[in-house]
Amino acid sequence: MVRFILRRLLQMVLAFFGTTLIVYALMFAGQGDPIQALAGERPVTDAQRAYLTEKFHLDRTGIDGFFYRYFDYIRNLLQGDLGESLTGRQIGDILAAAWPVTIKLALIAMTVTVLVGVTAGVLAGIRRASIFDNSTLLLTLVVLAVPTIVLAPIAQYFLGVRWQLFPPTAGADPDFYALLLPGIVLGSLSLATALRLTRTSVAENLRADYVRTARSKGLVKRRIVGIHVLRNSLIPVVTFLGVELGNLMGGAIITEGVFNIPGVGFNLFRAIRTEDGPLVVGIVSVLVVVYLIANLVVDVLYAVLDPRIRYE
Amino acid sequence: MSDFETVAGSEDPNARRGPSGEPNAPNQIGGTSVTPGRPRSLAGDAWRDLRRKPIFWISSALVLVVTAMAAVPALFTAADPADCLLSRQHAGPSGGAIFGYDFQGCNTYARAVYGARASLLVGALSALLTGLIALTVGMLAGYFGRWIDAILSRVIDIVLGIPLLLAAIVLLKRVASDSATIRIAAVIFVLAVLGWTTTARVVRSSVITAKEQDYVSAARMLGASNSRIMWRHILPNTLAPAIVVLTIALGSFIAAEATLSFLGIGLKEPTISWGIDINNGRVHMRESATPLIVPSTFLALTVLAFIMLGDAIRDAFDPKLR
Repeated sequence: MVRFILRRLLQMVLAFFGTTLIVYALMFAGQGDPIQALAGERPVTDAQRAYLTEKFHLDRTGIDGFFYRYFDYIRNLLQGDLGESLTGRQIGDILAAAWPVTIKLALIAMTVTVLVGVTAGVLAGIRRASIFDNSTLLLTLVVLAVPTIVLAPIAQYFLGVRWQLFPPTAGADPDFYALLLPGIVLGSLSLATALRLTRTSVAENLRADYVRTARSKGLVKRRIVGIHVLRNSLIPVVTFLGVELGNLMGGAIITEGVFNIPGVGFNLFRAIRTEDGPLVVGIVSVLVVVYLIANLVVDVLYAVLDPRIRYE
Repeated sequence: MSDFETVAGSEDPNARRGPSGEPNAPNQIGGTSVTPGRPRSLAGDAWRDLRRKPIFWISSALVLVVTAMAAVPALFTAADPADCLLSRQHAGPSGGAIFGYDFQGCNTYARAVYGARASLLVGALSALLTGLIALTVGMLAGYFGRWIDAILSRVIDIVLGIPLLLAAIVLLKRVASDSATIRIAAVIFVLAVLGWTTTARVVRSSVITAKEQDYVSAARMLGASNSRIMWRHILPNTLAPAIVVLTIALGSFIAAEATLSFLGIGLKEPTISWGIDINNGRVHMRESATPLIVPSTFLALTVLAFIMLGDAIRDAFDPKLR
């Protein structure tokens, strides 16, 4: 187990350097004269140029200089210094204000997914090929196929603007009720996947030998399904939910943008809109780290949950 | 399709079961066999299965309509999507504009019809490029195995670990040009570079299965070169599963293109894209909702059609699910 975690950590470190290097290279390498770009149309005096060159270590050229600046950026990143956005705010401060909202939204989405998705999945798995099963299959296919950029504005229009069941936008410091509709929209995609996963898993496990044994021992159906089948069926679902939680932490760019929720995704949405390069790189770097850690946790969790799985 | 028809028509219910080994489905068309005893092929089985599914026919029809719309938009509307007059802002339905006009006074329906081209172009070309990358990588990894497989599989793992939307944002931010052709090419390239991994895994595993078959050993004993075995013998066997995955991928590429254009980093005006129109419609939805709902419906139906089609074909080809 320890060896597996160590190996997995090593892999993660490699992936971290790989992805940050790509992000950094794409944003900053070979883009002409960065000092002139910073100054815009105004002329740059020699003194200013010399000062900025020294400040950003631009005197080193070529590959050597690029890696020097890259490791400078990594050093700052590891120290928690994400730099400043073009508007002069500390990116760390922006993220610190945005995280709680995003986490709240992700938890709502997760709750909806687990409550509706897993329950309906178990029911569909037990009654395979019934009307309920077939209609949930079709419904989840539709939900999986409709992109968020369609689902979010349409839900906002009908449920928020037309029928006024929910507040159409959240705004600063949103309460639970304002986050409910975006949470459902955000969770619907993972809900559909979780439902299908649970259904397949339950249906498969119902045919297993141990279920037949349990049935022939005379156990009631509720106990067979509730204890024996469920425990074995939920392993892949839990793994999926873990990965999904990692995705939800930062992946809510569209939903947060549409519903005006001041979370991490919203800030990224706005940074793209306002062409704020440093802010985009800062947020993306942090999100990549979150994503990698979530994957690591899930992998370890998987081994803990299912004793049959051994990583050696 | 006619190939499938002959296979399906020439089958005999008493013939040896197909590779699936599963019991035969009901509603056999027996008795009309021309070559009794001929084993049913997997494709024949799949086609028989597909024919009875309404979802398959509905999604095929939708795909055909959208393809026609992309190829010859003038068939569907006589209006010019670039003919915009602010005096018609949010005007209601009239003669040539069955869904009225949007905020800029453009014909909502005409714009939705003309938007099919960019979406389908991006979807189809990125699927094609994805297919090329995935077939090459999957074939090399599966056929040669050993260290080539080890390296390529790790590369697949790493690319699979990159979140698509975030990576696409970073990549596309580097494309400064506003030229329509360059932007379309960039979106295609970015989607293909980030989206080939799943298909590559599918190809790799079917190559590994195929290379153990007797006919491959026979070809090798006859002195066929590696490239000939890969090209003539293994490739045809990996094509079917790859095409199924690519059909589903095509749908998600269309959705991804619309999402990127919605964010303002994919395609840009004056290219007509559903993603751009949905974003514009969203801003003014309180005044008039049709400019939001019409392109949304077009996009959702198109993506749904491709995903349903791929799903139906996959179900038909996967004997385990039957």
